[in-house]
Amino acid sequence: MSASVNKSEEQVILEVRDLDVFYGQKQAIHSVSMQIKKGTVAALIGPSGCGKSTFLRSLNRMNDFVGTAKVTGDVLYKGQNLYGKKVDPVELRSQIGMVFQKPNPFPKSIYKNITWGPKVNGFDGDTDLLVEKSLKRASLWDEVKDRLHDSAFDLSGGQQQRLCIARAIAMNPDVILMDEPCSALDPRSTQGIEDLISELKRRYTIIIVTHNMQQAGRISDETYFFHEGHLVEFGETKQIFTNPSKKKTEDYITGRFG
Amino acid sequence: MKSFKNLVIEKSIYLILLFSVMITLVTTALVIVLLGKESIEFFKQVPVFSFLFGTHWQPLIAPHSFGVLPLVCGTLWIVLGSVAIAVPVGLLVAVYLSEYASDQLRSYLKPMLELLAGIPTVVYGYFALSFITPVLKWFNPDIEIFNAASGAIVVGIMILPMIASLCDDAFRAVPGSIREGGYALGANTFEVIKDILIPATKSRIGAASVLAISRAIGETMAVTLAAGATARLTADPFVSVQTMTSYIVQVTMGDTPAGGVEYLSSFAVGTLLFLMTLIMNIIGNQWVFKSRIRLV
Repeated sequence: MSASVNKSEEQVILEVRDLDVFYGQKQAIHSVSMQIKKGTVAALIGPSGCGKSTFLRSLNRMNDFVGTAKVTGDVLYKGQNLYGKKVDPVELRSQIGMVFQKPNPFPKSIYKNITWGPKVNGFDGDTDLLVEKSLKRASLWDEVKDRLHDSAFDLSGGQQQRLCIARAIAMNPDVILMDEPCSALDPRSTQGIEDLISELKRRYTIIIVTHNMQQAGRISDETYFFHEGHLVEFGETKQIFTNPSKKKTEDYITGRFG
Repeated sequence: MKSFKNLVIEKSIYLILLFSVMITLVTTALVIVLLGKESIEFFKQVPVFSFLFGTHWQPLIAPHSFGVLPLVCGTLWIVLGSVAIAVPVGLLVAVYLSEYASDQLRSYLKPMLELLAGIPTVVYGYFALSFITPVLKWFNPDIEIFNAASGAIVVGIMILPMIASLCDDAFRAVPGSIREGGYALGANTFEVIKDILIPATKSRIGAASVLAISRAIGETMAVTLAAGATARLTADPFVSVQTMTSYIVQVTMGDTPAGGVEYLSSFAVGTLLFLMTLIMNIIGNQWVFKSRIRLV
């Protein structure tokens, strides 16, 4: 009995308990709890302004940069509370990768975009190897291997986003947070990123915010539906999309609002 | 009817704009012509070589000597000293304003900085004489009342707000998403500033520095009050020097008769000053262009 409980706890890499987020007086997230298992792709869906991005950004404490934001509740990463007093948010962010809405490569070469993160965090191994490995995992190696020292801005939007994923991978994270990573990309690049996510999920736990329900349906194992700061419903993606238990979820999925 | 009225308005706006542009062009042309004409008169009496490379400047008392290097030396002391102070400190101020200060604090600090830029330069001269020099004297009582160091420090303080403000604008022009990318990789604020913000804005930091240097070269009033009027080729920043601008003031304000070689010498110095600033700006522009980094 206790052994099986331990085992299921081991598989949970990220656990959120009663998370509230406030921006000044306004409450953006209302008491959200969830457990994310290792190796899953979890999609956070919901209409604009429902709090899904705010929620995602509280998972690696990026909300710290918003002066008025206040977070209460617990986020346990591998059992450790991210909002505990002894946690250094800088250290923490080096363990949880993040990919943003718009590709945001640094104004540096492709090579240095990859090596910068590990270097500021004390990496002193073979950077050539690191760059090759990270770019291969992000399916970008073949396209850029002959021009690693060109500016990252010479890449197309889709390539830039894959570079940002490679940059996150280079840090060797367990969890990668993605905040609508395809929203600024054309359909073909979107396809590329989706294929990449499917490949990455064997190695990494991915939590992805998307406004695109088809995308959530294609790539995720679990879906979490947010509405007005509340987590309305969650479950296996197939079940959420075919047989939602809440009226609101059904309305959103069938396109009646959002 | 309406279209005719529009046409008249369009045409007059065009003419007003053209006239405004012409004012600047004509003024520049006139200045160059005037400087050139009087300088040519001067160089008919004094060889260019002995002007440019002479090490003794004694234009007002016989025997006359028109070696400009002592004035260039005075100007260089002020420029190098003030830039060495203002660029690093200005950069630090900009980093603090844009990356560390809260929005509220910033809303107080930025106008104060701009206030500093609005103080008349003659007041800065007083400030140098009555505060900076006494402080320097406190460290070393032997330094002269008028000295290059005091002038350099006060010009440094004068150009500081400009550098800080321009660098602050440059930092804030870097998209927030690039900073977030850095923070999300587990970098701290210092690393993001050092490795992302400063490299991304180095061309604009360079442009700010070039503007600052031009301003320091041209600065007159505060320097005349602080650094004195003793033309001297010296390696000692704690003695009185004379800059090119202070010399021009001395001649135009003094009782030097117009038309004499002493009077003409101020135009030769003015031409050299103009060329130095011009070359500075050309080099600056070249460098800024070469090191420009795309941010999108």
